[in-house]
Amino acid sequence: MYKNLRWKLLTVIVVFVLLFSPGIYPLLAHKYHLPIPGWLAAKQLKLGLDLKGGVHLVLRVQTDDALTIHTTTTSEQIREALKTAGINFSSIRVTGPTSFRVEGVPGDRDQEFRRLADDQTATTYDRNPVGGGSYDFAMKPNIANDMRDQAVTQAQQTIDRRVNELGVAEPNISRYGQSNDQILVQLPGISDVARAKEIVSTTAILELKIVEAGPVSTQEALLEKYSGKVPEDMEVVQAAASSGDTGFYLVRKVAAVTGQDLRSAKPTIDENNQPAVAFSLTNEGSRKFGKATGDNVGRSLAIVLDRRVISAPRIEQKITSDGRIHGSFTTEQVNDLSLVLKTGALPAGLTYLEERVIGPTLGQDSIRSGVLASVIGLVTIIVFLLIYYKLAGVNAIFALICNLVILIGLMAYFGATMTLPGIAGFVLTMGMGVDSNVLIFERIKEELAADRGVRAAVNAGFGRVFWTLLDTHVASLISAAFLFQFGTGPIRGFAMTLTLGLLANLFTSIFVSKTLFDLELSRRTAATTLSI
Amino acid sequence: MQIFHNPNYNFVRWRYHALVLSWLVILAGLFAIWQRGIPLGVEFSGGSIVIVKFNQSPPENQQIRAALDAAMPGTGQNSIINSYGDPGLHQVMIRVPTVGEESGTNLSKTADAAVDALNKAGLGPIEATCKPGVTASCVAGREIVGPVVGKQLTRQGILATVLALGGILLYVAFRFQWSFAVGAVVATVHDLLITFAFLAFFRYDLSLNVIAALLTITGYSVNDTIVIFDRVRENLRGMRRDNIDHVVNVAVNQTLGRTVLTAGTTLISCLALFFFGGEVLHGFAFTMLVGVIVGTYSSVFIAAAIVIIWQGFAKRPGKLATSPAPGATAAKARRPARRRAS
Repeated sequence: MYKNLRWKLLTVIVVFVLLFSPGIYPLLAHKYHLPIPGWLAAKQLKLGLDLKGGVHLVLRVQTDDALTIHTTTTSEQIREALKTAGINFSSIRVTGPTSFRVEGVPGDRDQEFRRLADDQTATTYDRNPVGGGSYDFAMKPNIANDMRDQAVTQAQQTIDRRVNELGVAEPNISRYGQSNDQILVQLPGISDVARAKEIVSTTAILELKIVEAGPVSTQEALLEKYSGKVPEDMEVVQAAASSGDTGFYLVRKVAAVTGQDLRSAKPTIDENNQPAVAFSLTNEGSRKFGKATGDNVGRSLAIVLDRRVISAPRIEQKITSDGRIHGSFTTEQVNDLSLVLKTGALPAGLTYLEERVIGPTLGQDSIRSGVLASVIGLVTIIVFLLIYYKLAGVNAIFALICNLVILIGLMAYFGATMTLPGIAGFVLTMGMGVDSNVLIFERIKEELAADRGVRAAVNAGFGRVFWTLLDTHVASLISAAFLFQFGTGPIRGFAMTLTLGLLANLFTSIFVSKTLFDLELSRRTAATTLSI
Repeated sequence: MQIFHNPNYNFVRWRYHALVLSWLVILAGLFAIWQRGIPLGVEFSGGSIVIVKFNQSPPENQQIRAALDAAMPGTGQNSIINSYGDPGLHQVMIRVPTVGEESGTNLSKTADAAVDALNKAGLGPIEATCKPGVTASCVAGREIVGPVVGKQLTRQGILATVLALGGILLYVAFRFQWSFAVGAVVATVHDLLITFAFLAFFRYDLSLNVIAALLTITGYSVNDTIVIFDRVRENLRGMRRDNIDHVVNVAVNQTLGRTVLTAGTTLISCLALFFFGGEVLHGFAFTMLVGVIVGTYSSVFIAAAIVIIWQGFAKRPGKLATSPAPGATAAKARRPARRRAS
């Protein structure tokens, strides 16, 4: 009857040791200055902002960038519209983040021009004549304010996505300051602050543009063909320092596709075994990309990231949905690049205003009282279980401690961050752990009262309660899964702890506790009494 | 040792009283929320940051909280206090929720009030600005700070919770019956509403810690309810002749020992947290205390009562009150239940 007991015991011990080492051991080693191997130290439980503190960063969003992009786009739209209508003009240029000027509109087409311009801009720009067929367009102040506000909100969301992708659990990200263009980012103790800062502030505006000329080593040489002047629908872009080749490209101003057309991006290896970024496009993006590449077979396509050309491969054939970005990248650069492309571009550049180390928000005093309270609670429960269930109480306590060890070990293993809300998930798990044992023991008592034999009563108790435990745990797991999938920040942290705790609890209350009972009963030849 | 020997209390008799009592508490809570609103913690509402540079080791966080509470009641436990920068600089960053209505746009009011509070409690004197070369304690910076949990995150959190409840509804319906599923979910929503009511009565701010406690009691409530339902399901197999009131009442009595023990041990932990956990954990521990008590109450008086009422309506046409025998194979159990309901 108890022939599998040895294997069950072995399983319990192996699981215990396996999860004790990443979870509890580093904590003890830290406290008592014991040696700790590096691979264990790397895996140890991380503490959140509230328990350990972290880095405090203040960023300014260059909201002017976002406005300049809008103003440029609008002026280009007017250029297109004027061309289509056949209205001549001498120039259109952007004069500031919120303004552009159209010069030299012929007098006889003036009325037509005004109607056309108003169609495009009346709701967003004020139009002021400056004489001689020239007009200044200035963005309406309230629109500009809204747009700045929107840029900051978008930046905040993008930063949030990126920090989450980095695997930093539960950062604090909020608006900061009166000027309304600053963002406060607090990250819990992460090892590589420099990399996190780099990833947070990469603008990551990706544009794929058809190359008209280049690469050539100087700008003058590039523009020789165009009598030294950049044609109005083209622009000069420099090669990125990392791309290996230096020089200038003349590319079309309007991009074939941009980062907004991306569906996903992930790190990959190209045919030369070099790290590269594979991307796929949305339906709309594929259509645009297919047309641009189909029309330009044989020419080069510049991959422009943050206004620098990373590489410019030749278009061999029409490409639609998928592509790859090459360059001389390291593996880490490829990982970071796909992360920022996947999480979307920032609407504007960011600058760091402040960087400080901050202490835990809970404070040493609060953490001390929290630990004290938990210990008091735990000890009271242990004493109670011992008095009420006598020897069986020892089983329950061992199962409970095992549960704790497994949970902390799993959390360390999966890189979960321990925060106060996470500890709340902990409390629920411990509560359910006690509950599972109480359920089983009460059932065994009932079976004993019905004059069953001890062994039959234990087996029946575990057997009947198994289905109850399964239902309660699966229901909680389902709700944890939803919280994890759709929640953010602390809610995810809670769901993660809860999930791991529920799994640990199922194992300890059903498997570990039963094994202990079996162990106890197997030593006796005739079991007639049970201390419960 | 055993708390109850074959208990046989008639719990089910009190179901309508319980429904009335719950409604009264919920309505009173909603009224209190409507009257005074739910005070939001600094994570939700934003506030001001004050950075104070002390000329010696800064006071303990607990002292700062006490000082804030003395001058601006309720502010202390809802402030976030960190050491700021190199510990040798003795700088402390205090994030204070906005006080009063008018100060939303007026940064200096809240920040100044916080500094005044520290001065009044004798933690100063703190100069209003730091002048170069002066070694006195001073305010090194003050800023407005927006909510950490903005509108979008709040919406997402609510969505996640609703979906989680939906998941529980479907699972319980699959394993038990629709009436049980509705009972479990209604009981859980009931627990959340009652807990909100108590948070409003006792003027606790809604902070992230309180949210964590609310999620925890959701889990606790569902767990507690399913344990009783499981016993009802088991009893239904052996007690086909009895009417549902009786079956449920027997199940509640059979699990009474377990209910008291589990609720008792969980309450012990929460009480320890409430009395020894320090001021920061007060809101969390209070929410847990209320939630555990209400969660236990609702499993018996709300969830079970809904099952009885629902099955009572379903049986009204006068058919013999044979309940289906749901077991591990739930599909079998579900079909007859639906046929009967139609």
